[in-house]
Amino acid sequence: MSEDLSAILQEQVARALTDATDVATLRALETGAFPQAAWDALEPLGLALALVPEEAGGAGLSLEDAAGLFLLLGQHAAPLPLAEGMGAALLLAAAGLPVPEGVLTFAAAGEAVPWGRHAAHVVLVDGGRVSLHPAGIATPGENIGREPRDALAPGPALEEGALPARFGAEARGLTALIRSAQMAGALQAALALAVDYANTRVQFGRPIGRFQAIQQQLALFAAEAAAASVAARSAARAADRRGLADAGFEIGCAKITAGEAAGTCAAIAHQVFAAIGVTEEHALHHLTRRLWSWREEGGTERFWAQRIGAAAQARGGAALWPDITARDEEFLI
Amino acid sequence: MEGLRFTLRDTPPEAAALRARVRDFLDEAGRDWTPEVRARSWMGFDRAFSRAVGAEGWIGMGWPTAYGGHARSAMERLVVLEEMLAAGAPVGAHWIGDRQSGPLILRLGTEEQRRRILPGIASGALAFCIGLSEPDSGSDLASLRTKAERVPGGWRLNGRKIWTTFGHLCDYMIALVRTSPAPEGAAKHKGLSQLLVDLRSSGITIRPIRELTGDATFNEITFDDVLLPEDALIGREGAGWAQATSELAFERSGPDRILSSYPLLAEGVTALAGDTAAAEPLGREVARLWTLRRMSLAVAGMLEDGEDPLRQAALVKDLGNSFEQALPGNLRRLIDTDAMPEGMRRMHAYLTMLATTFSLRGGTREIMRGIIAKELGLR
Repeated sequence: MSEDLSAILQEQVARALTDATDVATLRALETGAFPQAAWDALEPLGLALALVPEEAGGAGLSLEDAAGLFLLLGQHAAPLPLAEGMGAALLLAAAGLPVPEGVLTFAAAGEAVPWGRHAAHVVLVDGGRVSLHPAGIATPGENIGREPRDALAPGPALEEGALPARFGAEARGLTALIRSAQMAGALQAALALAVDYANTRVQFGRPIGRFQAIQQQLALFAAEAAAASVAARSAARAADRRGLADAGFEIGCAKITAGEAAGTCAAIAHQVFAAIGVTEEHALHHLTRRLWSWREEGGTERFWAQRIGAAAQARGGAALWPDITARDEEFLI
Repeated sequence: MEGLRFTLRDTPPEAAALRARVRDFLDEAGRDWTPEVRARSWMGFDRAFSRAVGAEGWIGMGWPTAYGGHARSAMERLVVLEEMLAAGAPVGAHWIGDRQSGPLILRLGTEEQRRRILPGIASGALAFCIGLSEPDSGSDLASLRTKAERVPGGWRLNGRKIWTTFGHLCDYMIALVRTSPAPEGAAKHKGLSQLLVDLRSSGITIRPIRELTGDATFNEITFDDVLLPEDALIGREGAGWAQATSELAFERSGPDRILSSYPLLAEGVTALAGDTAAAEPLGREVARLWTLRRMSLAVAGMLEDGEDPLRQAALVKDLGNSFEQALPGNLRRLIDTDAMPEGMRRMHAYLTMLATTFSLRGGTREIMRGIIAKELGLR
């Protein structure tokens, strides 16, 4: 997809999300309602096939461009499985399988299925095999963002195929990439809320944003949020070049960076808002609870750091810097 | 918050081959560097090494060949810089000239100044220091009081600069000084100019200041009726503040704000081989390093594209300083200093002391965060 078309899609999705989702939608979702109106507004934009290659009838969006969309979805705490649907379609197309219409999601076999109860179909990844199933009966579960994370008893496979080597054998990397970008987006949104509040909430006769104690904390927030965004987008770029499997290092680094930022920044946001920020009626917790949840999905910081650290130890300190630079540059030789 | 946007950038196609050449050079040049030399990195001053780097064409890389430069891209220069820092090379004798003083002269100097000064920097022969802080002017830099008055044939300089790194070893300082009285009210940024000061001029007293590390890199430099020629002025009279602050994006976003303690991380990874409990914390350090490098590359790319990423640079400096500063403390949680191999233990000891300066030099953490807060729309 050309840069221009990608930018237009970004803009359309941003507008639709702004129009179709608000705190009321997020609250309704938590009572189990599917936000049909939001789905009807977003679905026609064609995100479902965005990551499917053009030769397979999709839009052929790069993962880097997709990361921009995941970021937007995170910014709006999008109450729809749009990122999951994009990922599922990418997996199906990679295995040469057709993409069904309707709400679609994906998960590693045996794990909780994001948005399972609302999905028509689910894509399961198991040891390099991809299969498409009717979603079947869902036993509801949720993360602390109160997003559906259901146990499914899916129907028999409608389609089956093998993932090419560049996708690797597990769904974790794709989930980690999506959640990293969503966290980066949610951080931007929470930062905007906190800055706006700091500029309007008056104590001791002036907006609290005038106090250096608050300024310094929000500056740190902005820096961590920027780091999460750069990391997620860079990891997506690496995955475009090397394939998801070989971008495990970058995706892991992004997940660690975003996860650490999520913890640091959610705490700062709540500190700035004080008591009002922890009330049910406030918008902030829809972002912060998702930040805390998304850290856990697609591998925690601990999981990825253990993997990356062990690999570095095995290679030895003398190889650390050459390995980091070579990952970018071996494509250039 | 447009000023906090980062456009991703990669190193260019020429990078891999250039990197290999720099590594070969450093393997050879660095055979006898002690752990303390590697720990000092760009706080190490070695003229012979700088001349060797200059001979390779790795100083003033981006400058036109007419001025001794090599007309290479800013991203190629970045490759050289990060290799030097990753190796802990003692680059201090040419670091400031290459990073700040040379680019300033190239951009704002007269043709005569460029031809006279730049080839010397590029060859590694001329060393520069920065004349900003004064005893009573640190973070509040615009309150500085060193002044230069016009006299027949040039300028007469009086005042004092402090914390001038390597001032006692350098050839020139570019000093920010007052050339007309501070106007009433808030406009104290006006009336400042940048002057090129030959440190061998008479009337200059240089007093080294010994630091807690045991080294004496800092200096206090006193100017007592120092006569400078007419062409000591760099750029425009009275425009010194804008000129000096426009250098800051170059000063603050580079790999020197991320990699100051990198050699210690490499030592730690080797020393902790097979320690399964250390894998996770080491992985977090590696992830942080990778992210910071991606941010630094982005700022370098934006600079090369002619953007003015001053705020992004402040942001990367803040995060980068925190990373390089925390590293010695983080490593001693994983391995007792007594159990560290000799080289790592010495590097760790030195960096434990030096790291305090990382969030001070080039603008304090609090000033960086103030810049970011302003961009956020606070205050």
